Amino acid sequence: MKEFAALIKALDSTNKTTLKVSALAEYFNKATDPDKVWAIAILSHRRPPRPVNTTLLREWASELADIPLWLFEESYHIVGDLAETIALVAPPGKDAVDKPLHEYLQDMIWLKARTEEEKKEYLLTHWTQMDYYQRFVFTKLITGGFRIGVSQKLMTRALSQSTGIDEDLLAYKLMGNWDPSEISFRELILEEKEGDHLSRPYPFYLAYALEDDISSLGDIQEWSAEYKWDGIRSQVIIREEQLFTWTRGEELVTDRYPEFEQFIGLIPDGTVFDGEILAYDKGEIGDFNLLQTRIGRKNITAALLKKVPVILKVYDLLEWGGEDIRKLPFSERRNLMENLLNSPEIVKARENGLPLQLSETLPLDSWEAVAEARKHSRDMKSEGLMLKHKHSPYLVGRKKGDWWKWKVDPLTVDAVLTYAMRGHGRRSNLFTDYTFALWDENEEGGRELVTFAKAYSGLTDAEFRKVDAWIKRNTLERFGPVRSVTPHHVFEIAFEGIAKSSRHKSGVATRFPRIFRWRKDKKIEEANTLDDLKNLIP
Amino acid sequence: MNSPLLEFTDTGIYCSRADIYLDPWKPVKRAIITHGHADHSRYGHGAYITHHKNVPIIRHRLGEISVTGVEWGESFSRNGVQFSLHPAGHIVGSSQVRVSYKDEVWVFSGDYKTEDDGLATPYENIPCHTFITECTFGLPAFKWLPQEEVFKDINHWWSQNKSEGKTSVLFGYSLGKAQRLLKHLDTGLGTIYTHGAIENMNEVIREITHLPPTVRITRDTEKQELTGNLVLAPPSAHGSPWIRKMVPYVTATASGWMAFRGARRRRAVDRGFVLSDHCDWQGLLSSINASGAEKVICTHGYSEIFSRYLSEQGYDARTAETQYEGELAEMGNSSTEVDEETLAAGD
Repeated sequence: MKEFAALIKALDSTNKTTLKVSALAEYFNKATDPDKVWAIAILSHRRPPRPVNTTLLREWASELADIPLWLFEESYHIVGDLAETIALVAPPGKDAVDKPLHEYLQDMIWLKARTEEEKKEYLLTHWTQMDYYQRFVFTKLITGGFRIGVSQKLMTRALSQSTGIDEDLLAYKLMGNWDPSEISFRELILEEKEGDHLSRPYPFYLAYALEDDISSLGDIQEWSAEYKWDGIRSQVIIREEQLFTWTRGEELVTDRYPEFEQFIGLIPDGTVFDGEILAYDKGEIGDFNLLQTRIGRKNITAALLKKVPVILKVYDLLEWGGEDIRKLPFSERRNLMENLLNSPEIVKARENGLPLQLSETLPLDSWEAVAEARKHSRDMKSEGLMLKHKHSPYLVGRKKGDWWKWKVDPLTVDAVLTYAMRGHGRRSNLFTDYTFALWDENEEGGRELVTFAKAYSGLTDAEFRKVDAWIKRNTLERFGPVRSVTPHHVFEIAFEGIAKSSRHKSGVATRFPRIFRWRKDKKIEEANTLDDLKNLIP
Repeated sequence: MNSPLLEFTDTGIYCSRADIYLDPWKPVKRAIITHGHADHSRYGHGAYITHHKNVPIIRHRLGEISVTGVEWGESFSRNGVQFSLHPAGHIVGSSQVRVSYKDEVWVFSGDYKTEDDGLATPYENIPCHTFITECTFGLPAFKWLPQEEVFKDINHWWSQNKSEGKTSVLFGYSLGKAQRLLKHLDTGLGTIYTHGAIENMNEVIREITHLPPTVRITRDTEKQELTGNLVLAPPSAHGSPWIRKMVPYVTATASGWMAFRGARRRRAVDRGFVLSDHCDWQGLLSSINASGAEKVICTHGYSEIFSRYLSEQGYDARTAETQYEGELAEMGNSSTEVDEETLAAGD
């Protein structure tokens, strides 16, 4: 555990990606196999279920720190992280015993079934024996949400450096369901195996936004264009008469979209689609807000299914006949998929409500026609066009060159909420005036959030109340009436005009910025960059 | 005469009997100034009274002003009210103000810290009935390590960067933090370079006390000579074009806020050293306890939380609104003129 805590401290001590990766790689070189498996699990957000609820953690920590509970709570509101607060307020530890990381994780699993007294005893004993970083990491293992500025991608890169195994292959091995307390490092990483891949999705291929003139892509005959759908990017897997639905966030959401169960039997085993889940009712694609009501809802009632039906709009085929066909050219994968979806059986089923549609390629023979089609994106309930090279294989992650997204024009960016102020008048007791930030690259290639606009309209009252409650719980610092909040929520900000400005820290002034929608589906890492914004300047 | 000895008005902390303000934020006729930070010593007062070590500092910041310097413990009176200044340990020349009338004693502590930093005259406990305290870091989450340990870390960081052929860029507020860092950096490791805003202030402080040698970075400074050495810069220099000359470099900030991981990440510095010129939680509690005060008035910082805790501990505690900002200024969030000043000096 000392080593893992030292790793977290090392990761905390730099903003440079290369140094983070080398600190991780060094850890993977030195750590024992069971510790490595758990480190991978933690950094890819797989943890044992929380063994102690946070109410008890707070009570016991305030007892240990000898402060009243309300004072602990206030401190927590300001620090913004429970594990960090506990690590800060507890008296300096004696740094007495240490166990390997995996033993602590086994403790967590064991602890879950203990009595409250046993849990308290365990926690107080361990808290008093640890120094700040150990205590922080240990408590983080309990509270979960191990976000420490290391993406799964960085972790995979470090693992690749340490093992010599290709990064894309590792990304694939780490996807899906695996249990860190069961699997060995050899099984997870080193062995080549086929057996337990039943539910495993492929890493998603992501497109960059088209920056240059469309004609720079060359011969239009080499390209395929289709509308870019604004739903939930998903992979649907049908293997051995079972169906699995994965979102791009690597969340297994099969149970939330029971409509897709109908595919079993109709779609042959050994098929994996890449597509978009869209709200769809009476032949119309619904907007994203409608789909929101399905996202995150674990309890899927018949009423909800009726109110917000969904379809899967497929645009790629990754596996066919049990074979990984990602290396085939896009046009061949499309052919296979079109043949399947246009087969009489499927066509008939679709007429009877099978929620499976093809994302049609647009028959366009000039870039002018493509540009014209893009203008109609909105009417098609899409957010622009996707341009895919006909020879492109299905790659891993965000890669430039073969796939481009060409979104429709409105000036909007996805920005991170960073500061909030109380509103006025009827909003006087609510935090409704927000400051938003975008990512900017600093000198060393790291990223930081830079303020770009303030906005205080565009959400419904109910949404404002939710954001307000969240702000009060996630305030980092108070500067008079202004609070800085944990960067966590992404909002799409729309604006009428944009110009360079020396008065603004970001170098950009926007006209009438307002909140377009709350992008609950996006993580802050996915927010736009300042360069994205500057690219909008005419 | 029922009004209290000191009142909190829209203009500042006011003693009506003596018609004198303490650290006022609007222009007044007569002001006693605790220290040179911009939120405590503002433009436009008719007459300034402060500790003599603070005189060159506020002259540097405010230009030609009418100012009287006094010595620690030197008492002066107006209309029967006795005033004297006592060391606050915050920065060079920083004072607490003792105000007494008949048998009643108030102390306005300004900004203060209890640890002897080797540069500012150490904090002195002044017994009083009413104690006006800041609470910049008035939360139990703030616990400072002894500065020896922090400087061991900072010097180790520097030597490590040096061994990797990198320049260490250390951010600290131009007045106070920068000189404290300078005083305790290991000059055996290399040369300490300074940003113009800090060097301007160093020149002022050198008239008052000894500081290790530094080299001002100018347009003529060669990129190569910086390698492996240390650069002291104000927080506002972070991310500015000025810093490009230091490549390859590693950044760090020294501030009490660095106790929070999020604060360090938001500032996008590589390292955060927890070092403050304000009291931590225990420092505040022990000073208040030692003052023997029954009444405590909590000003800037986590004042509501802190005064609630004091009330539970049996003090007659309350909060008062002021326009002091404490260490917020260090984080580049200040609304005062500090930022512009450092920016102007940066080129």
